[in-house]
Amino acid sequence: MCRIGAIKSSDYVHPSQALLLMQSQQKGHDNSGFAMVMHDLGGIFKNYKHLPTLSLACTDEGLKLAEDILHEAGFSRVLQWVPETFHRPGLDINAMPNYVFETFNYPKQFRNASPKEKEDLLLDMRLQLRFALEEGDQGYVYSFWPDVVTLKEIGDPRDIGTYFNLWQPDDHFTAKVITAQCRQNTNYDIVRYAAHPFFLQGYTALANGENTFYLKNKEFQRKLHRGYIGFESDSQCFLYTLHYVHRELGWPLPYYKHVITPLPFEEVERREDRDELLAIRQSLTHLEINGPNTIIGVLPDNTLFTCCDAKKLRPVVVGRSDKMVVISSEVCGINEILPERDWQEDIYPNEREIVMIGQDLEVQRWRQ
Amino acid sequence: METMKIHDVTANDLPWKIRYDASRCTLCGSCTAACSFRAIAPKVERRRLVWSESEYPEPKSRYSAVPVIRQVKSIKNYCRGCGICEKVCPNDAIGPVRNLDTRHPIVTRCLAGDSIKRGGRKNLEATVRTLDKLRVGRISQMTDPSLDAQRHTFDMLAPFGRILPPGKLPFKVGADGRLEKDGQAPPVHWIYPVVIGDMSIGALSWRMWEGVAMATAYLNEQCGLPVRMCSGEGGVPVRLLKSRFLKYMILQIASGHFGWNRIVKAMPEMIEDPAGVLIKIGQGAKPGDGGLLQSQKVAPHIQAIRGVPKADLLSPPNHQGLYSIEESVQKMFLSFNAAFKFRVPVAIKVAASATSVSVFNNLVRDPYNIVGGFFLDGIDGGTGAAHEVSLDHTGHPIVSKLRDCYLAATTQGRQGQIPLWAAGGLGKTGDLAADAFKMICLGANGVFTGKLILQMAGCVGNDMGRCNACNTGLCPAGITTQEPALAHRLDPEKVAQNIVNYFLAMDQELKKLMAPIGNSSLPVGRSDALVSTDKAVAERLQIQYVC
Ligand code: SF4
Ligand code: SF4
Repeated sequence: MCRIGAIKSSDYVHPSQALLLMQSQQKGHDNSGFAMVMHDLGGIFKNYKHLPTLSLACTDEGLKLAEDILHEAGFSRVLQWVPETFHRPGLDINAMPNYVFETFNYPKQFRNASPKEKEDLLLDMRLQLRFALEEGDQGYVYSFWPDVVTLKEIGDPRDIGTYFNLWQPDDHFTAKVITAQCRQNTNYDIVRYAAHPFFLQGYTALANGENTFYLKNKEFQRKLHRGYIGFESDSQCFLYTLHYVHRELGWPLPYYKHVITPLPFEEVERREDRDELLAIRQSLTHLEINGPNTIIGVLPDNTLFTCCDAKKLRPVVVGRSDKMVVISSEVCGINEILPERDWQEDIYPNEREIVMIGQDLEVQRWRQ
Repeated sequence: METMKIHDVTANDLPWKIRYDASRCTLCGSCTAACSFRAIAPKVERRRLVWSESEYPEPKSRYSAVPVIRQVKSIKNYCRGCGICEKVCPNDAIGPVRNLDTRHPIVTRCLAGDSIKRGGRKNLEATVRTLDKLRVGRISQMTDPSLDAQRHTFDMLAPFGRILPPGKLPFKVGADGRLEKDGQAPPVHWIYPVVIGDMSIGALSWRMWEGVAMATAYLNEQCGLPVRMCSGEGGVPVRLLKSRFLKYMILQIASGHFGWNRIVKAMPEMIEDPAGVLIKIGQGAKPGDGGLLQSQKVAPHIQAIRGVPKADLLSPPNHQGLYSIEESVQKMFLSFNAAFKFRVPVAIKVAASATSVSVFNNLVRDPYNIVGGFFLDGIDGGTGAAHEVSLDHTGHPIVSKLRDCYLAATTQGRQGQIPLWAAGGLGKTGDLAADAFKMICLGANGVFTGKLILQMAGCVGNDMGRCNACNTGLCPAGITTQEPALAHRLDPEKVAQNIVNYFLAMDQELKKLMAPIGNSSLPVGRSDALVSTDKAVAERLQIQYVC
């Protein structure tokens, strides 16, 4: 099984918390990988929230290639952080030679551009980098976006933590929102890109489950947006649907649930918004998911949410304290990092709701 | 000895020979009375009986006139192998036997100087069908549990109507963060994914038609299955047009435009909208050919409904004046949409052919979004009458053509915008659920079926040349005849009951196929659920090859 988790906190937290959250659920995963996306960065990135940061795992050649492309496009580097790695024999990790997090200033001609233009530019650059580095397996570009960094690795999550020295809390690599998953892809080949969470233009999604409508989703999404590529994992579809519904169509978040797990016709007939719901089901039937899933997602404004498939075939629980909300596949993960919370307040989301954690950590539950 | 005449027609020239056992026959006359084709007749034979009564042979003989049943040797009243005689014979004294040495195709043409016409079935190529080379191969297991066909609920509905791309939905975000409708969208109805295909009231006996209509209403109102029935060409009884049952009917307009006058006239008095309008451009059983309703079948009520005299009614192969998709078809769609105030989806039915994908592409790209469904009909289906040469030698199998259309839509990111409905030999083996399910996985939104409905009613014809006399008006089962005596053989209640029961069984079976792949809504386009052991089929349909 995959195990997924997410932390949203009013203070900056270190990824060691995410590792702890995931490690306690170790029985539920197979030690084949660990990945995380951090939004709303603190520490060394805190002063660069408005500038895009590139998260890259690559060879030396790949790094040069990527930097050349960015420089040519007019980007100028303002910050580079190469995490110190600690290799020792016996560590189960299948690492790339370099891990690079670099923050760039926009090209001159884009500095006064609209947010939309900048966002499109960042996406195009990431795609360009990805294609360029794909040749000869020179590297993996996980994200290129303001206030976001991504790390993905193949191996035992504990050893990955050791390798990147992530068990040791410090305050220069922190964020207020961290999503993480343990385990590499099992449905298809092991590919670095296949590890959750997936990221696109400020949106992050990760899932525990199996998307039985993967083929339908994929065939449809391929034509919807140039950013919908890869499909190394069936769970990527959840991200693309989120991006499409929320950003491209501009529909409020509750409609995400209506798209992926539409209400049965019988129930729709009894609803006041019957016409809208039917129209959504008609037009977006290929984005429906069928099959067991729990999804966790992050929106560009750092809203965190979770929802399940329509039959609630995968577990998820939400625990909270005054300063932190944690979503996890298993409650033991939350016990690990929020031992003092009132566990009676834990939420076990049902098959027809979205649990949303907005600004100031207020938690909302929306019935579909 | 009589002179042998080589050109005389004998039973050996005909497709079926009568097996007759005079010793079992009690001459009750049931078989000759029942044979609607008059293919058997009583005859008197002169028989000689030789016997001996003494210890030594002392033969005596006696001649007597013995009545027997004999096959009529005529190319008009030839035996169709329907087996009705066998059915009615109390003593198992008679029955048809297929004649492998038949010279029928040659003799008939030679003697009549006319082409052979018959009921619509393809009688060549009795090979394994493509659909039978596919299996449902993707079974949900532990991490992805299969469903319980009995316990879970399934959303088994298919759209009929033009579907807008998501970006074109007339929505705005309201003040409370909810989507509100802001403009018009084409009408879409969600219906059961198996539609009762278009068989006209002229082609079927009125009792058959009534049985089908009854079954449709019962399925909707008592069983909760929103099954729709297509009227076929030639209009609808006015009483039905004005009844609440109209909402279960898809009205068809074919190239003859028969019966539309009465439909148009009834519009002001309609209390319900019809379920849809289907413009028939072509039919899979006789692509490129029009309908053929021979005058034998044009009974008084058909004349009234269609407003025609008793004459052969030949629909032209195309809608006269409808030659370009871009202009005239669009005009036609618009007028039908307007006629029902844009509340009723208007779809098109074409024959599967090498060019159907181009037609589909044209419609999909139409900026006015007027076509509410693409009904694709392949060979192997069909009930109507046509020239045998068309039935056997023209057309295209449905499976790959449907797949091509679906993939064409997928390439453009427009799958589902014009719902695909497919037919043509589906349910030929009796298992419509399996065929429908596989077609849906290949990209159909739903299927329609006609011939199988006849089969449910008791049709004795098959794809190996048995009966297929639907054109003659002499249907021995009372299904495709307007002869009162023959039509009365059919019990409409029983027809309705059979159809309802078949649909209920099929509904169960569809769930039994959806459950193991873990889907509670129709798996449209889930070709990953199918596998084939035939490499060529797997490649052509783009599904997994297994061996
Ligand atoms: S099989 Fe049918 S057509 Fe032939 S003799 Fe018997 S009843 Fe007549
Ligand atoms: S039984 Fe009637 S419907 Fe069936 S093939 Fe014969 S004539 Fe046609």
